[in-house]
Amino acid sequence: MATAEQTATVLPFLGTPEQEERLKDVIDELRNERGALMPILQRAQDIYGYLPIEVQKMIAEELDVPLEKVFGVSTFYSQFTLTPKGKHHISVCLGTACYVKGSGIVLDKLKEKLEIDTGECTADRRFSLDACRCVGACGLAPVMTIGEDVYGRLSADQVEGILKKYEND
Amino acid sequence: MYRAHVLVCGGTGCVSSGSPKIIDSFKEELAKKGLKDEVAVVQTGCHGLCAMGPIVVVYPDATFYAKVSVDDVPEIVDEHLLKGRIVSRLVYRENESDGDEGVKSLNDTDFYKKQTRVALRNCGVINPESIEEYIGMNGYEALGKVLTEMTPEDVIDVILKSGLRGRGGAGFPTGQKWKLARELVQDGGPKYVCCNADEGDPGAFMDRSVLEGDPHAVLEAMTIAGYAIGANQGYIYVRAEYPIAVERLKIAIDQAKEYGLLGKNIFDSGFDFDIALRLGAGAFVCGEETALMTSIEGKRGEPRPRPPFPAVSGLFNRPTILNNVETWANVPQIILKGADWFAGMGTEKSKGTKVFALGGKINNTGLVEIPMGTTLREVVEDIGGGVPNGKKFKAAQTGGPSGGCIPAEHFDVPIDYDNLIAIGSMMGSGGLIVMDEDNCMVDIAKFFLEFTVDESCGKCTPCRIGTRRMYEILDKITKGQGTLEDLDRLEELAYYIKDNALCGLGQTAPNPILSTLRYFRDEYEAHVVDKKCPAKVCKSLLSYTIHADLCRGCTLCARNCPVRCIEGEVQKPHVIDQEKCIKCGACMANCKFDAITKE
Repeated sequence: MATAEQTATVLPFLGTPEQEERLKDVIDELRNERGALMPILQRAQDIYGYLPIEVQKMIAEELDVPLEKVFGVSTFYSQFTLTPKGKHHISVCLGTACYVKGSGIVLDKLKEKLEIDTGECTADRRFSLDACRCVGACGLAPVMTIGEDVYGRLSADQVEGILKKYEND
Repeated sequence: MYRAHVLVCGGTGCVSSGSPKIIDSFKEELAKKGLKDEVAVVQTGCHGLCAMGPIVVVYPDATFYAKVSVDDVPEIVDEHLLKGRIVSRLVYRENESDGDEGVKSLNDTDFYKKQTRVALRNCGVINPESIEEYIGMNGYEALGKVLTEMTPEDVIDVILKSGLRGRGGAGFPTGQKWKLARELVQDGGPKYVCCNADEGDPGAFMDRSVLEGDPHAVLEAMTIAGYAIGANQGYIYVRAEYPIAVERLKIAIDQAKEYGLLGKNIFDSGFDFDIALRLGAGAFVCGEETALMTSIEGKRGEPRPRPPFPAVSGLFNRPTILNNVETWANVPQIILKGADWFAGMGTEKSKGTKVFALGGKINNTGLVEIPMGTTLREVVEDIGGGVPNGKKFKAAQTGGPSGGCIPAEHFDVPIDYDNLIAIGSMMGSGGLIVMDEDNCMVDIAKFFLEFTVDESCGKCTPCRIGTRRMYEILDKITKGQGTLEDLDRLEELAYYIKDNALCGLGQTAPNPILSTLRYFRDEYEAHVVDKKCPAKVCKSLLSYTIHADLCRGCTLCARNCPVRCIEGEVQKPHVIDQEKCIKCGACMANCKFDAITKE
């Protein structure tokens, strides 16, 4: 289980004062409601896109509850995410067909090029990377998806060219 | 006054297949033809026949158009609404293959004829975003009657006498729940009314459809219950994955407040009641009542031991009642039409109707509401239109990850709470998944166990560790590595977990295994002893073979094989290297000569 400190080091927090103000407004609006923590976390994730430890700390301080309580709730529910998703989310299939055709090598190449691990997001927040189970396109193995786009019959040396397509948008 | 109404389904299924565009297109076309003051376009809730969407029904004659596209709209407007001629090519036909002439009215179809719609009575009929339409269907009349003519005891008495039982699956008598919450604690402190709309079973969408199609019915019922038990605050816990339902609930709450049907001094009775929405955040266990209340309190949604029961100490440690969406949807009708009317439907111990979400290997995928006591055969064959592609019915799964399979031998058992439990399944919230001969029962059990392993909250050991061990044994069996001792161990573990888990999730998690072991033990044994999967599903037990006499050597299979395990020269029979084959089926799917088989 990740500790609060570990997750804090994933990516620098880029929250703006304007976002912070919106969060404070939300907290002010809901603070007197009983059981307000979940609705506040949901609205906070709408504002920031995810729930970095810095945001959790703000909420804990404002509500005057221990940070571990906020962290406990944030990590219990699958809809809360503690790492940001990139503008382009990459998912590499590690199903058997893709794996034996070298999707592991494709994934390694992506990690090397983007300098991130699976479950992480690049510093410029353009790309985030995940591995997934079979997407059912075994005939096209190895397969990865970037957003809605599907790339099949991949080889590691194609990775750079494909990433380039997304670098300017 | 409009001379005709065009009802376009706005349920999640039809919205996904494009119904909002159809509504826009109708409005545009009607304006173009100068009919916009004569014909009204209404977005309704779910009609139930989701497989046929997007659905459009034209009243007054209830002409039922299926699979309508935007391109069809001008023709419907031109022919039907302008000239009065039904567009027969778009009319829903029950049996297209038999050259069915086409039934013209919604109510004449087999799908609707055998249904009795109580909880769904307004779904697909009214615009769920209009409180006036709900009121037009006697909406809030029950609340008026309760607040002006009945005592709280009268209300509880009617619900008790009606025999209504919880539609969330466990079947606890609703009136009993209310009575306990009213009587056990009378210290003048706050009490709460909650609605469980955290519908999480895979394949179940009954509650979503009620919320999307008739949200006011739930609000009205909760207010009635508030009066009955002495509560002034309600909470609806709805999963965030249902955006349309959430939106319509918000609209409905605002409208009810505006009309004075929620808030202070409702119907000048001095009774106050308010309802707040709470969104789930993706945790299946929050459908369990104590976990749901913990989640509304803003904590990790973990269950707690009972007793104390929520009727004594529930939300914020105060007396609380929690009912499921479908249960709520029945309440106003029972108040209006009386306990005897409701108790007149169903079987001896299960009164009224039940909504089922039909899915899997069945022709009419969708939502149906039937009187309790209807047989599975009637549901699957008459209403559901049977199993497609001439395949044989094998079993129906009810109750999702908590339920079990009903085999063909019990096809004629009347469906009610007690009968389903007697045959090793349960009513559950209403998911009904039909399986045919191509489904492997071991694989199905494994599917549900994978789900419960994922969703176990981890608080108690039997569930956290036990479900994982059961999953591992099932996985071993599907890989052909199981032994007969494994089957005994699996059964022993299942009973242990059933007896010892903390909450409903863990206590019912072994059901998919126990019921498949009971009815389909031969399939388990085939996996273990013969190392074969009779349904040809479990990959490790399959082998693909190219038949030399049928193979033309076109090389298509070899070229499509992701692992290059097919060898052979052009125009000569090819061979699969069984050692390397990963059983993905790409070769068989690509073969033009049916030369490849699996077994």
